[in-house]
Amino acid sequence: MGLAIRIKEVYMTNRILYWDDVEEASEVTPLYKNASSQLLVKYAGASGDFYQIHYDVEFAKNNNLPGIIIHGALKNAWLGQLMTDWVGNTGRLKTLSCQYRAMDVPNEDLICKGVVTKKYTDGDHHLVDCDIWLENSKGDKTTPGTATVELPIK
Amino acid sequence: MSQDKSIIPESLLNAVGIESQPITYEIEKGHIARFAEAIGDDNPAYNDEISARKSSYGSIIAPPTFCRALRPGDLPKAAESPFSRNLDAGSDWNYFEHIRPGDRITVTIKLANVVEREGRLGKMIIITRETSYVNQLGQIVATQKTNGISY
Repeated sequence: MGLAIRIKEVYMTNRILYWDDVEEASEVTPLYKNASSQLLVKYAGASGDFYQIHYDVEFAKNNNLPGIIIHGALKNAWLGQLMTDWVGNTGRLKTLSCQYRAMDVPNEDLICKGVVTKKYTDGDHHLVDCDIWLENSKGDKTTPGTATVELPIK
Repeated sequence: MSQDKSIIPESLLNAVGIESQPITYEIEKGHIARFAEAIGDDNPAYNDEISARKSSYGSIIAPPTFCRALRPGDLPKAAESPFSRNLDAGSDWNYFEHIRPGDRITVTIKLANVVEREGRLGKMIIITRETSYVNQLGQIVATQKTNGISY
């Protein structure tokens, strides 16, 4: 999925997303994710969330789950990355919110997406509101949310 | 809400506004890099000191939801849900300052609200908690509001 190209584009060039160039109803560059069970163990370790439904299949099944499920907070982190990748290091994430409406599982192709809903100023601040969400392989929005970013002007 | 049938114990309602003991964490560069790796985010701002110093950030910074790793202290027993099933329903974040290695971040959680709802799972309560993250300069770096479903 061109990860190396994405990294190069986002970080190596001094690409700047200017407020002037953003239009309402335009898309946020999508972010592709597919969590291995190993990633969930890493997230458990790095975040300190050791709830066993995220890495112990038997434990998860005993809790009426089909198997292990992805941490809600990890999906939240991905939606954060969706925005920080899009705005680059001259933009600023101001708010980020999401609701865990449905569970997601490892080894499934997931996409973080977003669309600009509002472009406005607040004093000297040039702001953009977005609807954001995580979509599973069936196209369901399992984790909808919103974000506000501040961007530089030309 | 019909008061006589409320499933929210009065002790829990009375606990609204109660805060945890603050906990202060010293932020380590390695922890930030490990957290970034665990969310699959290879942004050099989180793991490459030279590149991060050259960038507009001026140093390594932490990813937006790194605060999840800075776990607050426990709320008093009275502020806990009386039910055994608890689901994390989501988070609302506000960001004000970056977190950098060497920062000392003080974390405090507060029981902000408790309401009763009728949902797919029957009667449930929604517990709202607010967590604040304050750095060594007294700046609020972030706040997180979490909604927990309890039934």
